Amino acid sequence: MCLGIPGEVIEIHADQPDLAKVNVSGVKRLINIGLLSDDPPKPGEWVLIHVGFALSKIDEAEAAAAMAFLEGIGQAYEDEIAALRESLIE
Amino acid sequence: MTADQVGHQADPGWIADALREHDHAQRPESPEGRTRLPVTDREQQVLDRIDRARRRRPRVREERVTMSHGAGGKATQTLIEAVFLETFRNPLLEPLEDAAELRILGGRLALTTDSYVVSPLFFPGGDIGDLAVNGTVNDLSVSGATPLYLTAGFILEEGFPVAQLTQVAESMRKAADAAGVCIVTGDTKVVQRGKADGCYINTAGVGVIARDVTVGVARAQPGDAIIVSGPIGDHGITIMLARGELDIEADVCSDTAPLNGLIAGLLGAVPGVRAMRDATRGGVATILNEIARAADVGVLVSEDDIPVRPEVRGACELLGIDPMYVACEGRIVAVVPGDSADAAVRALRDHPLGADAAVIGHVVADQPGIVRLRTAFGGTRIVDLLVGDPLPRIC
Amino acid sequence: MRFVDEFRDADKAHALAAKIAALCSPGREYKFMEVCGGHTHTIYKHGLEDYLPEAITLVHGPGCPVCVIPMGRIDDAMHLASRPDVIMTSFGDMMRVPGSNGSFFDAKAAGTDIRMVYSPLDSLKIARQNPDRHVVFMAIGFETTAPSTAMTMLRAHAEGLSNFSVFCNHVTIIPAIKAILDSPDLRLDGFIGPGHVSTVIGCRPYEFIARDYGKPVVVAGFEPLDILQSIYMLMLQLSQGRSEVENQYSRVVPWNGNLVALKAIAETMELRPYFEWRGLGFISHSALRVREKYAEMDAERLFSVPGVRVADPKACQCGEVLKGVLKPWECKVFGTACTPETPIGTCMVSPEGACAAYYNYGRMNRDRVPEAARAGRP
Repeated sequence: MCLGIPGEVIEIHADQPDLAKVNVSGVKRLINIGLLSDDPPKPGEWVLIHVGFALSKIDEAEAAAAMAFLEGIGQAYEDEIAALRESLIE
Repeated sequence: MTADQVGHQADPGWIADALREHDHAQRPESPEGRTRLPVTDREQQVLDRIDRARRRRPRVREERVTMSHGAGGKATQTLIEAVFLETFRNPLLEPLEDAAELRILGGRLALTTDSYVVSPLFFPGGDIGDLAVNGTVNDLSVSGATPLYLTAGFILEEGFPVAQLTQVAESMRKAADAAGVCIVTGDTKVVQRGKADGCYINTAGVGVIARDVTVGVARAQPGDAIIVSGPIGDHGITIMLARGELDIEADVCSDTAPLNGLIAGLLGAVPGVRAMRDATRGGVATILNEIARAADVGVLVSEDDIPVRPEVRGACELLGIDPMYVACEGRIVAVVPGDSADAAVRALRDHPLGADAAVIGHVVADQPGIVRLRTAFGGTRIVDLLVGDPLPRIC
Repeated sequence: MRFVDEFRDADKAHALAAKIAALCSPGREYKFMEVCGGHTHTIYKHGLEDYLPEAITLVHGPGCPVCVIPMGRIDDAMHLASRPDVIMTSFGDMMRVPGSNGSFFDAKAAGTDIRMVYSPLDSLKIARQNPDRHVVFMAIGFETTAPSTAMTMLRAHAEGLSNFSVFCNHVTIIPAIKAILDSPDLRLDGFIGPGHVSTVIGCRPYEFIARDYGKPVVVAGFEPLDILQSIYMLMLQLSQGRSEVENQYSRVVPWNGNLVALKAIAETMELRPYFEWRGLGFISHSALRVREKYAEMDAERLFSVPGVRVADPKACQCGEVLKGVLKPWECKVFGTACTPETPIGTCMVSPEGACAAYYNYGRMNRDRVPEAARAGRP
């Protein structure tokens, strides 16, 4: 029920601008983007889909920042493990 | 406690039993009085109690048949065991494999039956006729038999277009030719408008089991490898999208296909195959549970290793369904001795229908009866039998 | 799958597990509550507890909107559905919730016209196709889903559709969280904040938790790395003596929420003075009903419902599980009399219910990943 899935907007419906076709991993569906009327999504942008409605736009910059944090942690972890391994050799 | 307080479950006795068991287990026997057991031990007690409850004799608690009973999961299993197995009970029926093995005239025959109620009748990749022939051929083939002859019984709805019926028959003819089987007898009934959704098909199939082939899920042993012959979930998702109720488009089509050639290749390369199953209703997860239960072994599979097409994965994510429970119609799950895994995968991949065959996991000794999945993330979780019916009328 | 797979990377999980373990003070225990059924589901589905040290316990709160609906309301819904002129439409999760006389699923088997829909908009389609019948949509969900119901109602109104109404059971999250905080049974160290509810209400509504109760809150996404990162952020706050609201799910959740969505809700719905929550009792201003202005779309005004308050079955301990006081396996009937196939209470029926999640996914011996096993050791 909390089910929200990211999808890419492919096109806005010509006759009904509050409908958009989205692509989720090759699967396409029409959804209602009426809740984003303040700042409607454009083709190529990503949205969070919940029961046939777009609830929010996915902020690519924030997503990149989140990934950067995780990468950083991952790298620090790798470094630590490498250091640990090296220190065992002595 | 009265039946009213418990709700619709008419029989309160089993709840009272469960409560009694719980209270009994709660009192740890200790001379000093009440001792606090460590959390994990208490949890383990509960898990043991659940395990005992699951192994109890099956009973159908509902008064009426529901769609769950047709989903291929827990309810179907309970219905079959509690009603049909109980009533018909005989040693030939008990294995409850995809086909029955009959000893006749010094040889062994495999006999199977299936009914097809798929809606819609025509879908990307095939139609009800294809399913009917391929499904029957496959049930025989996974039993180690060379499929030979099929029957075809039709229940037609008044008003069903003859042109569509002809199309279905032609599909069946082509499928039979491709599989090398012959449809030798049949039956036709017509029921009033509104009572058959166009067309239902029932089939029976018979084949001959070679002298040296013995397969069955109860033969699985710790150390065995579990192999799937290709990407899962194609058929179920195709049907769901073809119903048009969900406004979803995707480039998927049913994987319906006759697998006798593929299986012959596998048996040729790996004569020691322990078991094979046709992954239809209930999906791969149901078969893994059948293996765990029949052989009383644990099953451990790895999410990363299970082949799923991106579109099937996308549709499943969108709808909140697990692809492991989605039906296939042209895939087998095979259990082979661990050291034959490579040879088995090679043999399957040699055949066009097995191009994406992969080892998805192993039979293990710990936690018998339970199927576990190592998630792509690295954690572990249980893959239980399907409850309910996410995708009705799939095949 | 983009924005999904990256957040399911096992290597980064190990790194986070190590960092979380490093923040554990030896001898101290930590309890975090997640108030969102989707989080419960993810935690079990991906085996996240394997990444957490024994010192950290995750408690599942009343964040499953299906789980908190009392039996009396289910009975009311069944009453509506059983009218011959009504087609009831419902999300899949509601289909198997038991009322006093069975579930939607059972009623469907007995011939009642109940149809599963993916979106409330699908109900409008059914209404247009069946002008001689009346379509009632069983509206459930927190603030995540209320905007979709609201938009559907506005659309029906704009189209002049006269054979559609809503049986409104939307609930709001903040009163539930407050009830938990005020409950003497529970000592929590922090909250994993709801993800998708927050896309609508934003992060500000949680500030009272940090400010008045001194508990850190991290609004979390639904992928496994999101949850692990959120737990890390909670542990960091605790180790630094902070209690703030932080937004881990910033790629989706705007701090100020979605104004259009909030306006749609305000236009079509209003707060009920009080509403009964399964297990939590009556909570004031915690649920929504259809406004007078849209009375022609309010199923409760159009049709009469029994409105009887039905006590939970004696055996059912859903209330305590929902409050996080009991773990699923501590419930007396868990797994024996109450299973996904034969559910007694809602925690077992809903795929997001703690009991269902634990039974379906979590029930087994636990092996912790090495990083988590090292927690608290110098």
